[in-house]
Amino acid sequence: MKFIKNKAWQSGRAKNVNDLDDLRKIISHHKRWDLLFMITGIVALMIAILTFISLFAQMLIDGMPRLSWDFFTSFPSRRPESAGILSAWVGTTLVMLVTAVSAVPLGVGAGVYLEEYAPKNLFTEIIEINVTNLAGVPSIIYGLLALGLFVYQLGIGQSILAAGLALALLILPVVIVATREAIRSIPVAIREGAYALGATKWQTVSDHLLPYSSAGILTGIIIGLARAIGETAPIITIGALTFIAFLPPSPVTDEFPYISFEWLTAPFTVMPIQMFNWVSRPEEAFQLNAAAAGLVLVVMTLAMNGLAIYLRYRMRKNIKW
Amino acid sequence: MQKIAEINQYKSEVKNLSFYYGTFNALKNIDMALHDKKITALIGPSGCGKSTFLRCFNRMHDLYPGNRYEGDIMLYPDNVNILQPKVDPIEVRMRISMVFQKPNPFPKSIYENVAYGLRVRGIKQRAILDEKIEDALRNAALWDEVKDRLNDLAFNLSGGQQQRLCIARALATDPEILLFDEPTSALDPIATASIEELIADLKDKVTILIVTHNMQQAARVSDYTAYMYLGELIEFGETDTIFIKPRNKQTEDYITGRFG
Repeated sequence: MKFIKNKAWQSGRAKNVNDLDDLRKIISHHKRWDLLFMITGIVALMIAILTFISLFAQMLIDGMPRLSWDFFTSFPSRRPESAGILSAWVGTTLVMLVTAVSAVPLGVGAGVYLEEYAPKNLFTEIIEINVTNLAGVPSIIYGLLALGLFVYQLGIGQSILAAGLALALLILPVVIVATREAIRSIPVAIREGAYALGATKWQTVSDHLLPYSSAGILTGIIIGLARAIGETAPIITIGALTFIAFLPPSPVTDEFPYISFEWLTAPFTVMPIQMFNWVSRPEEAFQLNAAAAGLVLVVMTLAMNGLAIYLRYRMRKNIKW
Repeated sequence: MQKIAEINQYKSEVKNLSFYYGTFNALKNIDMALHDKKITALIGPSGCGKSTFLRCFNRMHDLYPGNRYEGDIMLYPDNVNILQPKVDPIEVRMRISMVFQKPNPFPKSIYENVAYGLRVRGIKQRAILDEKIEDALRNAALWDEVKDRLNDLAFNLSGGQQQRLCIARALATDPEILLFDEPTSALDPIATASIEELIADLKDKVTILIVTHNMQQAARVSDYTAYMYLGELIEFGETDTIFIKPRNKQTEDYITGRFG
């Protein structure tokens, strides 16, 4: 390590060839760490990706042969070859609808309030910490809350409405945090630009902050829904049926007023519960059904995430900061 | 009589203004005046409080908690102290417009950018909007460059054009005072020259207060100059006097580049 003591090199005034050689030696020595970290990183990445790919491939091999039109249009059955996921995917769709309709206005509203309106004091700080922590509460706790509050206290029953609201509570923190972060990423100069023209808070929020942050907010909503779609614990806690051979009443009727909300109070099942039911059967053929249902669920989730990425790309195209 | 005549030349008068960020005293007992339809420049080293002072004029500090004003900024001819808590900051901002350091157009069309201040004032009729927007863009020397693409995104304009668009946006609402916070610091020399020319042309229409980092700029465009240091107003007077024969030694050192 003689070159370290070389004053000319230390002070950056390396002029003769010997010093340059020393410089190159120390650079190549440092670069070894680059290489080492790159290899570690690739290994870590491969472990994650290969695990997912092998899981997905196994499910694909098992489940693919079961996927057919009939699989989507049949109710569950005691005979595995004629069992399908009709009640499950309809149930999942309706529950997700309730979740989205209730979580989006609540979450976006709370996020906008906390970011733009709330005074900065101890009280709002406690709320902020709590909102962030809520995202880490185990989902079964939300199930218990929903069972106590929605099913028994409010008498909603073991219904699509109760399940949708439970999942809405679950993803509320995700939506709130996504809203706040999307709003916070708008440059101060844009916000001040609006205020400087004489806009009120609400005009600034509705004309500028919400439109410019909509891509980020939407991404947060979809990622929240993608999490909710796979949740099993809170739905089981509420008391979703594991075997159900009928559909909820249709939202559209042929009598006046042509729209019915009866489906909200109907009993239901969802995709992960249908899977759980089949996995717990001893027969091999039901395991294949579970794999096929799992495949559908994974594709649904990936499609939602894909949509989030696409929307973010589309909506951010016109915004450069 | 002398006194009244003097007041009539003023658009605004700052009396014993102090400003606090929390407990930090950023402006100390400032007294000065803005002459009507003249350009006043604020110069001084970084952190001396020029921008803080400028942002008192449109109550921008009200957006953040813990800020406090003391003293008066009188606005003439209606003789109102715009710093009074009972004066709505939104009303102040509607009368006194601001152009920021970096061009900050909204991610909307050129047309909608200029229209926004008018829309906030409740103007909806297309004909009135069209007319005011054309006027504002002409006054900001941008009309000829953008008249065929008013619906293009403002981000597609060059930096200098974006800044002129922001000036048009501020002008569209006929402000009584126009505030500029180092408007050319993010621009190249050619764009800077065009903005300076524009500011000089605007003084027939509006009273201007401009913060600048660049002393040559202050000397070129302004009629009056104020030199600030550490939150205090060191010297204020006609630009020619300040630059040729400053009374204060400190001002002279700063202007001649010995300090700052």
